[in-house]
Amino acid sequence: MMFAAEAAEAVSFPVLPALVLIPLITAALIGLLPAAREEYTRIVALAGSAITGAVSVYMLSEFASADGGFQFVVERDWISDLGLSLSFGVDGISLFLVVMTGILFPLGLLATTADHDAKAYHIWVMILMAGSMGVFMALDLLLFFMFFEIVLVPMYFLIGGWGHGNRVYAALKFFLYTMAGSALMMIGIIGLVFLTAQHTGDVTFDMRALSVATSNLTTAEGYLILGTFALAFAVKVPLFPLHTWLPDAHTEAPTIGSVILAGVMLKLGTYGFIRFGLYLLPEASHDLAPIFLTLGVIGIIYGAIVATVQKDLKRLIAYSSIAHLGFIILGIFALNSQGIQGAVLQMVNHGISTGALFILVGWIYERRHTREIAALSGLQKAAPLFAGVFTLVMLSSVGLPGLNGFAGEFLILLGAFSGARWWAVVATVGVILAALYLLWAYQRVFHGSADGENATMRDLGFSEFASILPLLALIVGMGVYPKPVLDRIEPAVDELIVHITDRVDGFEEPEPDAPAEHDQRDLLIEALHEAEERLEAKAEGE
Amino acid sequence: MLAQAVETVQTPEVPWSLLWPFLFMAIGAVILVTLTSLAPILRERSFPAFYTAAMAVGSAVSLYWIWNRVEEAGGAIMVLDGAMSIDYFTLFIAAIISVSVFFSALFLDDYLRREGLDGPEWYVLVLLSASGGLMMAAAEDLIVTFLGLEILSIAVYVLAALHLRRTESQEAGFKYFVLGALSSAFFLYGIAMIYGATGSTRLGEIASALNQTNSRGLVPVEDSSMLLAGMALLLVGFGFKISAAPFHLWTPDVYEGAPTPIVGFMASAVKVAGFAGFARVFLSSFVTVGADWRPVVGAMAILSIIIGSFLAIKQTNVKRMLAYSSISHAGFILIGLYAAGSTDPGVATLGSRSVLFYLFAYAVMVCGSFGVATLVGQRGDGAHSLTDYVGLSSRRPILAGLLVVLLFAQAGIPFTSGFWAKFGVIEAAVRDERYELAAAAMIAAVVGAYLYLKVIVSMFLTDAAEEAEVDADASDDVAVAVGADGSIALAPAATVAIIGAVVATVLWGVLPDIGGDLLRQAATTFIR
Repeated sequence: MMFAAEAAEAVSFPVLPALVLIPLITAALIGLLPAAREEYTRIVALAGSAITGAVSVYMLSEFASADGGFQFVVERDWISDLGLSLSFGVDGISLFLVVMTGILFPLGLLATTADHDAKAYHIWVMILMAGSMGVFMALDLLLFFMFFEIVLVPMYFLIGGWGHGNRVYAALKFFLYTMAGSALMMIGIIGLVFLTAQHTGDVTFDMRALSVATSNLTTAEGYLILGTFALAFAVKVPLFPLHTWLPDAHTEAPTIGSVILAGVMLKLGTYGFIRFGLYLLPEASHDLAPIFLTLGVIGIIYGAIVATVQKDLKRLIAYSSIAHLGFIILGIFALNSQGIQGAVLQMVNHGISTGALFILVGWIYERRHTREIAALSGLQKAAPLFAGVFTLVMLSSVGLPGLNGFAGEFLILLGAFSGARWWAVVATVGVILAALYLLWAYQRVFHGSADGENATMRDLGFSEFASILPLLALIVGMGVYPKPVLDRIEPAVDELIVHITDRVDGFEEPEPDAPAEHDQRDLLIEALHEAEERLEAKAEGE
Repeated sequence: MLAQAVETVQTPEVPWSLLWPFLFMAIGAVILVTLTSLAPILRERSFPAFYTAAMAVGSAVSLYWIWNRVEEAGGAIMVLDGAMSIDYFTLFIAAIISVSVFFSALFLDDYLRREGLDGPEWYVLVLLSASGGLMMAAAEDLIVTFLGLEILSIAVYVLAALHLRRTESQEAGFKYFVLGALSSAFFLYGIAMIYGATGSTRLGEIASALNQTNSRGLVPVEDSSMLLAGMALLLVGFGFKISAAPFHLWTPDVYEGAPTPIVGFMASAVKVAGFAGFARVFLSSFVTVGADWRPVVGAMAILSIIIGSFLAIKQTNVKRMLAYSSISHAGFILIGLYAAGSTDPGVATLGSRSVLFYLFAYAVMVCGSFGVATLVGQRGDGAHSLTDYVGLSSRRPILAGLLVVLLFAQAGIPFTSGFWAKFGVIEAAVRDERYELAAAAMIAAVVGAYLYLKVIVSMFLTDAAEEAEVDADASDDVAVAVGADGSIALAPAATVAIIGAVVATVLWGVLPDIGGDLLRQAATTFIR
């Protein structure tokens, strides 16, 4: 705790509000630029998002890794007599989501360009960045909800204004679906606050205070309130059967939209399940976990099967996201340390790999003006570097050992195996299916004979390679050595587990036949090294 | 005998210094008529508009001193022999109505010039109507409420029909007048019934009659059928003015036909005054019999939100769409009013507070929205179809951007005052443990959001190619828009007003507690 206090003192300016304000100020600056000089908007947006990203990385460096509580906390009265405050803070669970947001935005901007109306495009992207940052840092329930809702607006305009094909339909569907999901959440939040206030006499929307006060709720109240939250998050994740907006939105969105949608916005749902489910309502989450586990596992299998038969590359990745997010749900509701750590890690991993995949598919579309798998063939011959990069990213998405996807998936399955065994068994099938649909798609697109335009596709340019390189570095780096990341996630997750154990009668973190934790970590690292060697051997073989 | 009676008639003392807002509006109107008749030069240019705006500002500024005096007096000063109450509630409503008059004046200025409809009578009627609204907000006697209602309404009937070259305007005025007169009749009958049941038209005396069953030898429980009928008739009268379902049927037609800046005034000032009267009468007098009227208000609320949201979907005229959205807003405010009628003082305070904040936020949003519609309407005031909004984002990006904020605010998107307005009423409903009311409202609001998105789709997301297609589909609508020359002029006064509305909407969206102390004080007015 001492250490945390020192770290907090060391930071002399309010880092977290800055992460929201810098993108907003950038958006305002872009708005003031003369309309005739649209090329400057990209530069300003890149600079603004890069500064925000740098601040988020700075925050990461100042983060006290051994402290499981909230850090960099900033609080300001908002409507004090209603218990509302403008309060921000990050802990090990939200830390990397914030940093990932800070990294994905500048890279996404670098990797793509607006095909028209660059000014409005960049304004919306910067507003989206501010909103995405805010939602992971808000400690006030209503403030969280407001950020959760406000991100719909810029995304709606990005899909509707710069998307492809049936963009207006996709944008409307996305907006109304998500809004309908969260319509009841506001009632849930207010209900939670007032029902707890009847016991504590203290009206507050502060997450930390409420996580204690919710022990006064009756079982039925807990179920109902969790129900309203879960509906909002399940749409966002998306959990089967509330996923139908996602393939449309992902497919029609411009590249930056898909990157942020998959990388950041889907995580609002899983993050919400951890914060509002496990943290605020542990009893109800514990009792209802089988429902979410089942829906998550259905998502894994269903997403994988449907992805297999997709004809559109982007749609395929969209369905693969449903499967991946199913894994994250599985990890969360395994309700043990490995599972949740794996889930948090996998949220970041999925953001990186799927973000990179969408960028790559965007580039294919730019070159070939199609995303149809049947129309693409043998791209490897004309664009070997492109194929190599795609291979790496795809393998990370498959969860190949040595790349980032593996560590998260491994921890999730490990946790699920002791916490939710039969679900884990079924989910394992999803791992195999993931390899199937991705490798099959890769084979059809990059292998085979190249004809017509496929034979002359331009390879990656220098600037393109430069913009994807940081993501590749993260894919390999976090795959080979996830320890620094896990070290920061673990204290917060352990505190969460203690919180759940305290609150739920007869709940013990289930790890009866699993070896002690350090052994598991060693096992994981051993497995990683082994896999790394194999990968190297394979690379040499090629 | 008769002579003696005449001699002993006492006129109540008039505390002029407490009535500045009324004086600015009512006397200001008379002075404007006089000035412009004596010096026709003043009819020219923008003098009447800026005069009216100045009256609105004067009225708003005078509230500051009156507020302090009310504070010294402990919250309420009864004036004119107890016929009116100058309290926080009155002053808060007066502020909203002043804002609404200010906006209307700025929109009217350019509008009248554009339509070739010069004349100070528009402004005179707006000022008079506003004075009626103020009277309704302050009335402590049902007869005074009725007087206020009529002063408010008759001026607006004329205003609705005042666009002499548009038959739609005449039609709107006629419809509004006939139905409005009918609702006034209901209201008057209601007063008579209440008088019969309780023996008074004074709100305070009605309340005590209902409290102490034996006062004046009347037992309200025995007379309850008359009381119920009276309350029901009052509900009809107020329901009409606030355009709540099922008394909303006039709204789309009148909003579509009436001159657009006047629609802004109707949707803001008239509705605010209607709610003010509604709140004062029911919260001062009928709290003890809340079990009788609150379920009806709750049903009206849900019905209004559902009708306003669902019927708006099929509309293609933006003014009609906004009319339906104003019905849905009325439903939300009624939820707040429902909670304000609770006998639990905590819930009642929250309810009143949510109603007042909603009225303020709504008045600003709706003024701004109709301000944009005024500009887009162009010469002839006919370009209000969705197709007229196609491509607005490239023709007038600033105007389109401003309207987007106002529309999202009406949909209750966070970081706009509209979000806090919705939050307030939902919070009040949840505190009152009426979860079903809150849930129904929130779900219907999602359907309502579709309406705003539809306008936004037209402005931003419809291509020129699609536009041609839409035009072909909706050739009837295009025919209405004859006279539009294709370019939308950004009148300076109106543009400034719209920007002001947007700034206020966002400012209170981010920092909702500005002026929160005033709001809290005003919310306790009816708590006993």
